[in-house]
Amino acid sequence: MPAIEVEGLERAFGEVLAVRGIEIAVEAGEIYGFLGPNGAGKTTTVRMLTTLLLPTGGRATVGGHDVVAEARAVRASIGVALQEAALDPLMTGRELIRLQATLQGIPTAEGRKRADALLERVDLVAAADRRVGGYSGGMKRRLDLAAALVHEPRVLFLDEPTTGLDPVSRKTIWEEVRELNADGTTVFLTTQYLEEADQLADNVGIIDSGRIVAEGTPESLKAEIGNPHIQLQLAAGSVAEAESILAPVGKLLPPKDGRKVLVEVENGAADIPRVVRILDEAGIAVESLELVRPTLDDVFVAKTGYHLEEESEENAEQEPVGA
Amino acid sequence: MSAFAVNVRVVRALGMRSIRQTFRRPQLIAPIVVFPTILLAIQTGGAGGAVELPGFPPVQSFLQFMLAGAMMQSLMLAGNSGGIALAVDIEMGFTDRLFSAPIPRFAIVLGRLAGTAALGLFASLWFLAIGLVFGAEIESGVAGALLAIVLVTACAMAVGGIGAAIALRTGSASVVQGLFPLVLVVLFLSSAFFPVDLMIEPARTIAEYNPLSLVVEGVREPIISGIDAADTLYAVLAILGIVLLGLLLSARALRHRLRVG
Repeated sequence: MPAIEVEGLERAFGEVLAVRGIEIAVEAGEIYGFLGPNGAGKTTTVRMLTTLLLPTGGRATVGGHDVVAEARAVRASIGVALQEAALDPLMTGRELIRLQATLQGIPTAEGRKRADALLERVDLVAAADRRVGGYSGGMKRRLDLAAALVHEPRVLFLDEPTTGLDPVSRKTIWEEVRELNADGTTVFLTTQYLEEADQLADNVGIIDSGRIVAEGTPESLKAEIGNPHIQLQLAAGSVAEAESILAPVGKLLPPKDGRKVLVEVENGAADIPRVVRILDEAGIAVESLELVRPTLDDVFVAKTGYHLEEESEENAEQEPVGA
Repeated sequence: MSAFAVNVRVVRALGMRSIRQTFRRPQLIAPIVVFPTILLAIQTGGAGGAVELPGFPPVQSFLQFMLAGAMMQSLMLAGNSGGIALAVDIEMGFTDRLFSAPIPRFAIVLGRLAGTAALGLFASLWFLAIGLVFGAEIESGVAGALLAIVLVTACAMAVGGIGAAIALRTGSASVVQGLFPLVLVVLFLSSAFFPVDLMIEPARTIAEYNPLSLVVEGVREPIISGIDAADTLYAVLAILGIVLLGLLLSARALRHRLRVG
């Protein structure tokens, strides 16, 4: 039985359909990466799966329990670390984990033991009795993760656990997620970072405008895209001409910025001399050239027509209310 | 451990958190203790001669008369502060942590109310202590003091229910905070600071029908004269009415919050 099973799940906010009949199956012990830009419906989906929001259509089970009819059983089997770590700045780290243990029905003495062990696990022993308001972003995320683990959940939901973190803190969280998964925990991870999904996920679901547009292992999704592309950095003003003369070489991909041209090529490195020759004959100077193998971003572009991380950075819009 | 025992632990833990939160956030504790104490000092210092007015109930001093009003102001603002704190929890996502735990969601509201009740208890003890220090007598002795404490504590929880309902419905601390002046209006249109018989219309009629006046009289009588069964009964009924209203509104607001996320 899948740890998470979603069938035709929908959520409307008034006229806006934030999640449009999605289907997901996550096997026990898997890390599922739920990838999409801001406002795509990731958080709304997580909120429905964690019983924080009622679906307006479809159904979902988590740990074999229906998220609407058996919400309490779902909550007993999951750990949740939501976007923007939901921490009380006036509590200390130790108080927070002990409270979380009480909320999970763990006896006081056992809760204290687990709190101490978890604080050690996430390297927060020294800061345990300081108020959370004084923690750094990385410390808050680690504390949030520790609190989500206090009852040793079978399924863990992590909603953008590394958004806004520096690279070192991000890697620390990744290591922790890998260790948890190695212990058998199923992880449902939403992210807007391609590298995160690529590094961590066994399977990836790409969501855009409330619909799942692609699903599979990172390797299978990249293989689906097929060919690598040559990325050229050109002098300003020569991009349009370069695109025109390179069109017969291969499919032009949407550029990441105004001075780059991306050409899909069938033969990989073997096509580089041809591209360089064409540009040289046209008198177009190439500042840099790179052969790029398909990435999840290419998958995203192929499925949606735009770049995920570019979109995530530019898109300051929030998801609809409750999303 | 039985489910009931677990829920009691949860309510106690959330109540303790609520109390800690209040004492660690000066803007929450100030309205409960500091403002009513200052107002009590100003009123007793500046309007003490009111006791000489014809029709003013027989009292030992204006301070003795005002103790019930100060307690009411404190408990009303404790209810409002509890609502603000809950709304802040919603705004910063802390309630998501609570709502995603396998506990009855109403335990979350009860935890908050337990904290507000404790603040009511604190307020009643504080003002009784101030009264005693500055010479006010509790006419019905220890029993009367205990009755006043119980009524104030229960009423704080009841008013907290209304604050919690507004917080859950709006999810906005600034909206709940915006009710602060309204709380004062409701208080001034009751017998908290002045005897109803000496008010002029329409304030007098409003105060007569204001359920808070019933609670005020239930708290005041043991302090200024003696325990009166009828006054006590009316106060208890008024508190039960407010409790019922608060719980009803909170239950509806909880359902609404789950619908909108």
